[in-house]
Parts: sequence; structure tokens; C-alpha cells
Amino acid sequence: MGNLGGMTCEEAMRSLAAYLDNELAAGAEQSVRQHLELCRSCYSRAEFERRLKFELRKLGKDEVPVGFEQRVRHLLQSFTASADTVPKDH
Amino acid sequence: MNERSDECAWFQQAVLDVLPELVGTARRLARNREDAEDLVAEAITRAWVNRATLKERERFTGWIIRILTNLFLSQRRSEGNHPHEALEVDEDFSLYERLHQPFLLWWSTPEQEFLDRLLREDLIRAIEVLPEPFRMVVLMADVEGQSYGEIAESLCVPIGTVRSRLARGRGLLQRALWEHACDAGLRSESPERRPSSHG
Repeated sequence: MGNLGGMTCEEAMRSLAAYLDNELAAGAEQSVRQHLELCRSCYSRAEFERRLKFELRKLGKDEVPVGFEQRVRHLLQSFTASADTVPKDH
Repeated sequence: MNERSDECAWFQQAVLDVLPELVGTARRLARNREDAEDLVAEAITRAWVNRATLKERERFTGWIIRILTNLFLSQRRSEGNHPHEALEVDEDFSLYERLHQPFLLWWSTPEQEFLDRLLREDLIRAIEVLPEPFRMVVLMADVEGQSYGEIAESLCVPIGTVRSRLARGRGLLQRALWEHACDAGLRSESPERRPSSHG
């Protein structure tokens, strides 16, 4: 595939990770976006990487065990108790 | 309700709202449940003590996740582990290039089907086997959603190092997923490298 949207496939793929991570400067970000709009092959690759990233992002959230939630609630209550004992003008 | 009790109530609710994220992130970092729970409890305590440094309440989630991650890094360093010391790994493996079949009809997408079949446990296992320096940047960027700048600051390395570790870490992760898929029979092809079909 040739030059699409002002960049080649090789250039677009070199910037793909930073593009998907929102780490490109505005001009470069626009160039990659334009290339992906025009190049089916690179778009397909970008969608795959985006989906994999999305699946990884979901790993950052787990069900909270009931016992641990109770532990956290007790911890938070201890902050409230200690805050209540501090005079207002301190 | 006075200002202090209002602050306490807000902090309590904010922590409870973000608890699934704290638990998930801590488990991915610590790799065992008990250590993860201790890490979360310690991070919440530090967040409470340092709550004055939170400038915007809307940024609470990212702020407390960074506290948790930095606490983990600090504990690892004090134990003599150095997650910032990278291994020399040359890895540019692309799962997409292994899966993509350019001559299939347009509605057939084996790479998307592969992701559909992938289990949460497969991803967790693939991350857990990464060498520590790569595991950390992949977790921080892809699981926690931190920026390159934030990761560089936490790991005390230049942003260029974050970029290269991330590229290699993602390559290793994709290779681990591919090998697991072959072992599990999700793919019949050998994990030997084949020439890129992209271009």
C-alpha cells in the first residue's frame, strides 16, 4: 500500500502503539487517523490492537471479596474516628 | 455536616466506588490475593494521609491507583528487587500478523474470532509470565491506563525507555498468547515465525 493520508503503511504502523495510547502530538495523531480511514489493511490491524488493549484494561477490575470489603470499611471508619478527635483549628 | 466530616464521607464513598479497580490492579501487581489485599489497605491509608495532594476530585481513581502502584514498586525495591532493570530482549512478535489471513473474504476475521475465544485467565496468565520490567510497563499502560510520562516518573526511567519496554513487553505478551492458543488447540499452526503478510 502506498502513501495514504500523508503517510505510508510502515510509518503508520510505527506510530500505531503511541496513537492507541493517546501519546502522539496533534499533527501526528491526525496523520495516523487519516491513514487508518483510508487504508483497510492498517485499519484492521489497528482495530485488533485496540480490542486487545480493551480486553487488558478490563483486568484492572476484580470482584471485591465480602470479607475484604468489610476490612476496608473498618479501615475507613478508623480515619473518621481519628479525624473527629483532631481539633478544628489544627 | 461540617467540612471535615464532609471530607471523610466523600473519601469513604470514593474509595468504596473504586475498590474493584484497586483490588484488580493490586492482584495483577502482587500476583497473590493476600499480598494484594494488604497492598490495597496500605494504599488507602496513604491516600487518606496525603489527600491534600489531590487537586481535583474527578481524578481520584487515577491518583489512588498511582499511589498503589508506587507503593508496590517501593516495596519491591526495598526487598532488593529492581523492576526498572530491563532484560535485553529483542521482541517484535505480532499476534495480528500470525492470525490475519488477507485472502479470506471480508467478513471473515480470524483475528477477531481469536480475541472472542480468549479468556480473562489466558490474559492474566500471559501477563504473569512476563519478565518483571516488561510486566510492570504493560500493567501500568494497558491495565491501569497510565500515560508514558506517569510510568516514566514512577519507574525513574526516561520516556524512551518506557516506549521500548512497552513495545517489547507487548510483543512478549502476544507471543505468550499465541503459544498458549497453540497449546490449548485454539490454533493448529506452529508458533514458528512466518513472514509478515502485512504491507
